[in-house]
Amino acid sequence: MKWYIIKRLLMLIPVLLGTSIIAFSLIHLAPGDPARTMAGEHASQRTINAIREKYGLDKPIYIQYGIWLNRALHGDMGRSIVSNEYVTKEILDRFPNTFELTFFAMILAIAIGTMAGIISASKQYSALDYTFMGIALFGISMPVFWLGIMLMMIFGVYLRWLPIGGRINILIPFHRITGFYLLDSIITGNFAALISTLRYLILPSTALATIPMATIARVSRSSMLEVLRQDFIRTERAKGLSERVVIYKHAVRNAMIPVITVIGLNFGLLLAGAILTETVFSWPGIGRYVVSAVRMRDYPAVQGCVLFFAFVFVIVNLVTDIMYVYIDPRIHYE
Amino acid sequence: MMKSKIWLVLLIAVGLICSTTLVGSAAQAGGTLVFGSSGDAVRLDPADVTDGESIQRMDNIFDGLVEYKSGSTEIQPCLATSWETSKDGKEITFHLRKGVKFHDGTDFNADAVVFSLRRQYDKGYLPWHDYGEWAYWGYMFSDVEKVVKIDDYTVKLVLKTVNASIMTSLAMFTVNIVSPTNAAKWGPDTFKHPAGTGPFKFVEWVKADHIALEANDNYWRERPKLDRLIFKVVPDPSARLMALEVGEVQGIEYPDPTHFDRIKSNPDLKLLTEPGMNVGYMAMNTGYGYKDANANGVRDADEPWVKTPGYFEPLTKKKVRQAINYAIDKKSIVDNLYKGTAIVAKNGMPPFMLGYNDDIEDYPYDPQKAKKLLAEAGYPDGFEVTLYVMPVSRPYMFDPPKIGEAIQGYLAAVGITVRIYQVDWGTYLQETEAGNHQMCLLGWTGDNGDPDNFMNVLYGPNACSIGTAGNYGFYNDEEAQDLLSKALQTYDESKRAEYYQKVQEMIHEAAPWVYLAHSNQNVVFRANVQGYVLHPTSRKFFYPVWIE
Repeated sequence: MKWYIIKRLLMLIPVLLGTSIIAFSLIHLAPGDPARTMAGEHASQRTINAIREKYGLDKPIYIQYGIWLNRALHGDMGRSIVSNEYVTKEILDRFPNTFELTFFAMILAIAIGTMAGIISASKQYSALDYTFMGIALFGISMPVFWLGIMLMMIFGVYLRWLPIGGRINILIPFHRITGFYLLDSIITGNFAALISTLRYLILPSTALATIPMATIARVSRSSMLEVLRQDFIRTERAKGLSERVVIYKHAVRNAMIPVITVIGLNFGLLLAGAILTETVFSWPGIGRYVVSAVRMRDYPAVQGCVLFFAFVFVIVNLVTDIMYVYIDPRIHYE
Repeated sequence: MMKSKIWLVLLIAVGLICSTTLVGSAAQAGGTLVFGSSGDAVRLDPADVTDGESIQRMDNIFDGLVEYKSGSTEIQPCLATSWETSKDGKEITFHLRKGVKFHDGTDFNADAVVFSLRRQYDKGYLPWHDYGEWAYWGYMFSDVEKVVKIDDYTVKLVLKTVNASIMTSLAMFTVNIVSPTNAAKWGPDTFKHPAGTGPFKFVEWVKADHIALEANDNYWRERPKLDRLIFKVVPDPSARLMALEVGEVQGIEYPDPTHFDRIKSNPDLKLLTEPGMNVGYMAMNTGYGYKDANANGVRDADEPWVKTPGYFEPLTKKKVRQAINYAIDKKSIVDNLYKGTAIVAKNGMPPFMLGYNDDIEDYPYDPQKAKKLLAEAGYPDGFEVTLYVMPVSRPYMFDPPKIGEAIQGYLAAVGITVRIYQVDWGTYLQETEAGNHQMCLLGWTGDNGDPDNFMNVLYGPNACSIGTAGNYGFYNDEEAQDLLSKALQTYDESKRAEYYQKVQEMIHEAAPWVYLAHSNQNVVFRANVQGYVLHPTSRKFFYPVWIE
């Protein structure tokens, strides 16, 4: 197991190298010039040339890559062309926000999704089954930004239960330490901030959770159905075990492997930025950042984000694979 | 038993979180104004920003030597109490205000003025020059040779050539005065730690979320009425309006015109609207530009007129361009696509500016006349032409794709087939500046409120430089350049106005542009927010604002 994890972590090196080369070539192949975009609508050629020179954009692409790689290997991802801030800092400023949102959304999605799937499967073709699967279909088909606006209208504007958007009530004095607001408010014992953070989390995480929730519900239903038809379930029922024990103790554990795969994939995807949710809910996350970086052709920022996402994906996949071992004792990694 | 307890705890927790009474939507303590901005600032150094969002923050933290009068582009003293211009017009001496302190406690004086400006133009002034791009300097202040300290409270601005627009330019954010000790303290990171002399002090910047400012108790004028001013980023226009409706923010920018009825019918809100300092147009490439080999922004004797890459025979003919002007129903475009938040444009600069020619009679919508002119020009059956359509919405044009389609329809009616071409914004600017287009949609928002900032940069033959053009019609009448240059070199306003009016007549006749609209600038506030005055440049000054 230990060696397996080390091997997988070593795999990060070629993955990151490969991604960085692909990302670098793609963004440079795309038309558009960051110096031009930066300098504004009527900048002089001199200004544009100066910016190009300053950021080394006037050099051939392989040399630019070489320079970038050399710096990156020394732990310096460079400064953003647009904001002049260190890319690493830009990412770390925003990632905790996206992480908290995603984490919350995934908890919601997993809790409700698996429950709905399990109940649907154990009561196949019942009214409950149709209702859950109908809602799941609706959840998959609904555009997130529309759902977001609707949630805001209902819970924010009409009922006034929850805030419209943002990370926390900015009028509450709050000391940021790690950037993870929940954690920070607990560390600093700031109860008002904790409640506020939770209030601001509810709507966006609900909006964000819908699609993974629906996917998880559907996958866990079909996986459950398959398990429920297997011989050992019939044996258990024949032994006279209660339906509850059969389903929750024996069937669920066996049905969870494909569900975990889906959860892992979704989690990785969401961590890479829930762009629409972040925009609608004024969430200062990484998704919005990477989109604007691409639009501005902010090469160092795009490069940094892509690498970061690749890293997150690999880690999430690794964690998923390790989870299998705990769920299914038959799985071993050498 | 255990389970029911968990449920109970959960229920209480949810109740707590949802109850608005506990924390509630923020109460209006003293005077805190949260303004919903559409995006985050990029940098917080006034000389190193070009985007409206950063400027919005800068304008409340910093002061300049001079400033605009409220709601106008006229100049009044600010950090400079008075100034005089030398006889040849090439030296302006400023007397500085005494007893003013920067937010970090540093004294404001001549050294600060020299520092703030010199770092922008002097390549040898290191490390300061390397800390920014200074994108505006080359384009607005290239006529400035240097700034010299005379004594602690006197500085002299030395110009290379007489420039009548320099005083208005000095009210721009890029020449706001920054604290040199603060710059020394933070070095290359000064753009995150602004310290000026303005009405509000910088408190914190939470990236992509908000920037908080607080009242400067030691402001050299009366202390601002607001205690705190917070710019909160709310990118989605619907969410922005909702946040305003529930009072999470007290003001917003860029409201969506489709929401205007909803705003007007809400007694808690007020919509402030005013003609903006901008113009949106369709330019027709008349065919010839020049290569600005020495990048001096002027066409020199050894830089001949050459065909632009987008050269297209029919558009080189005046009658064709006039025909296109007759063929487009601008009023309908303004009413339906600008949703009535604009006025129809007949000239290339906004009506409230010095030198606007109101005697010009606009081309009326007349497809018959257009057909006739096309036939006279030798194109009775029309032709096929490419129109570059902007991929982004700009303050002077909210919905370029729809406007492009409308123009396509109008021109089809007179026999001209329009192919629409779209590409990403950076490339769009690059291609149009290189003159690749046959026709293109674009526009301009003024920087300083001086007519030169429209007439010369958009319509002057010197701006026909292929690769860096600002004159997208490649209108290259040298007489026009002559008049525009004269207008810049005289301080006599009536003379200046006369020159600009003449040039507008010439442009109207040559017709390389279809001027579409001057769009309004709009902001919405809660009804209890008082004292906000829209500024023609769309800059946002919160100093006089208070909450009732």
